[in-house]
Amino acid sequence: MSTREQVLGRIRRALADVPHGETPDDVPVNRDYLRMHGERSAEETAELLAENLADYRAIVHRTTTAELPGRIAALLAGRGAGRIVVPAGLPPEWLAAAEGVELVTDTAALTHRELDAVDSVVTGCAVAIAETGTIVLDASPDQGRRRITLVPDHHICVVRVPAQVVDSVAEGLERLDPARPLTWISGPSATSDIELDRVEGVHGPRTLEVVLIHE
Amino acid sequence: MSGGTYLGMPAFPEAASESTQNKQLRANLTHATHTIRDKRAKAVAELADWPQLRAAGAAIKNRTLRHLDHYLEQVEAAVEAAGGHVHWAADADEANRIVIDLVRMTGETEVVKVKSMATQEIGLNEALGEAGIRAYETDLAELIVQLGDDLPSHILVPAIHRNRSEIRDIFAKEMGNWGRPAPDGLTDRPAELADAARLHLREKFLRAKVGVSGANFMVAETGTLVVVESEGNGRMCLTLPETLISVVGIEKVVPTWQDLEVFLQLLPRSSTAERMNPYTSMWTGTTDEDGPQTFHLVLIDNGRTDTLADTVGRQALRCIRCSACLNVCPVYERAGGHAYGSPYPGPIGAILTPQLRGTQSKLDASLPYASSLCGACYEVCPVAIDIPEVLVHLRERVVQGGEVTLRGSRTTIKPAKGHAAERAAMRAARWALDHPAALRGGQRLAARTRRLHPKRLPGPGKAWTETREVPAVPAESFRDWWQRTRGKETK
Repeated sequence: MSTREQVLGRIRRALADVPHGETPDDVPVNRDYLRMHGERSAEETAELLAENLADYRAIVHRTTTAELPGRIAALLAGRGAGRIVVPAGLPPEWLAAAEGVELVTDTAALTHRELDAVDSVVTGCAVAIAETGTIVLDASPDQGRRRITLVPDHHICVVRVPAQVVDSVAEGLERLDPARPLTWISGPSATSDIELDRVEGVHGPRTLEVVLIHE
Repeated sequence: MSGGTYLGMPAFPEAASESTQNKQLRANLTHATHTIRDKRAKAVAELADWPQLRAAGAAIKNRTLRHLDHYLEQVEAAVEAAGGHVHWAADADEANRIVIDLVRMTGETEVVKVKSMATQEIGLNEALGEAGIRAYETDLAELIVQLGDDLPSHILVPAIHRNRSEIRDIFAKEMGNWGRPAPDGLTDRPAELADAARLHLREKFLRAKVGVSGANFMVAETGTLVVVESEGNGRMCLTLPETLISVVGIEKVVPTWQDLEVFLQLLPRSSTAERMNPYTSMWTGTTDEDGPQTFHLVLIDNGRTDTLADTVGRQALRCIRCSACLNVCPVYERAGGHAYGSPYPGPIGAILTPQLRGTQSKLDASLPYASSLCGACYEVCPVAIDIPEVLVHLRERVVQGGEVTLRGSRTTIKPAKGHAAERAAMRAARWALDHPAALRGGQRLAARTRRLHPKRLPGPGKAWTETREVPAVPAESFRDWWQRTRGKETK
């Protein structure tokens, strides 16, 4: 008998008290919890997103589509970032105003070490969740492979408001495709491992800048 | 605490009588648990529907457990359809053998690890070490434990027993033996310590070919695995290596994608008291040209089906390892995590360990008693595990013995040694309560001699009165008082 059969057999014997005809749906799950917490206008939801992101030490900027290239250029210049990794499908106009920077396009051939020598990464996102201050990446063409938002120390993430902003975790999950690799990001990397005190900045980007563009 | 093994550890009372004398440990624990307690209460209070979320979390887990075979077959099919390989392990040895073989197939001799309770439970690092494979822990607290040749003492913060200056000393002394040494002049500022860990581990992440993880959830309908974390070490291990091996307990499955809306609200608020933890990774099998191209899922039983067979005790399998119960427990706060003798300390450990391992050893038989039954753990548990109920149930098992499932077979266990006095007292009480005349006589005798009663009992009662005073006997029993004052009315 394989271990698989052995373990499944043990489970079935352990569940001898479960009536024979019972199906999973016969076990009640009451979903009377709230789909979202509170009522907000789209503008208030964007405001809450900004607040919660900032609460966990992300730096939040608000701008318009037209002013976005100038804003990104300023953020990169402010850090003195010279090498920028960009996903293959990033709208080219986003970096149109960035001068004197070397763009490294995300490809499978890029080595981890080459990526480690990059200063910043600029991406879009799949969805942003206001109640938790979370941005979610799903590796779409404007976001790239998971590692490019992990190895560099500085991440600029652009969120389209209101199109990409939802209120709650439940709404966020509905918009996401589980078949894609997903990364949920709520503030820069952090740890509570020393005396349960939160410190920002361990292995992921230590600086997370979220740019909300109002369309 | 050293040596990195739980084998041969003393029973809880002995271990605790030593650890409670450690002033540094107690100060560290009191500080840390009180900090997180208040923060958690605040994070939970933000959600008006917390009781409903908690009930839904418990219900989803009950649904899963009652049909666990169905969901495991479903998750296995979904993971394989997405390009992953699924392995089954009945116990720790088998799980370790599978992982060792999988690492050997890659030709590598080192792996990077995401913090995982399941791999601690099976002693994977030691087994890999014996097979000539070096496992690097990458979670900050696990790194502190590994560098200090220590054992974890908390589910979420395994190095909670260390304060910042102890951590500084461990980093300064040991980092050089494992790779990049700590920077010169390292201070005990937490931000600086985190920075030292970043530098020390970066090289290991970049060269790693094999990653080993656990998982917080596995979604049956989609085959998606979920790891929640804070530091980004998890993301490093889950995305940079070519091969990923995830070792996951069979109870970690949840039925649907939608179910995550409950657990992704319950878990971060209960564990780190955050609205959301900094990073959550979700992956389904493999993705072309993004992350590991080979993915193995090792499903482990290791006592879980034995636990499932106990209709009272099985609720312990609902646990999502948040550690809220540790942080509110007065016993944990004073005894510390090591006294529980397993990777699962605190109230949840006191009910989980004796079920996963059985109650044969002195240590495991002592765990259900490592509680004052105050119930604070039940109150904060995000999946409503009635820990006091299971504790009392397991005490009965220890004292009375009886039928249990051990490694898949029904077995009758004998009552544990050391509880003879308790059993004799209970037998005597039953007899007395069945014989009213004898009870009355005994009560009167006790009342008349009450000034002569000692504060401490001799003989077998000695242990009981070491921490309690013998209750004072009233001058008159209730029955006599009733008879005297109301006896005529009732006749």
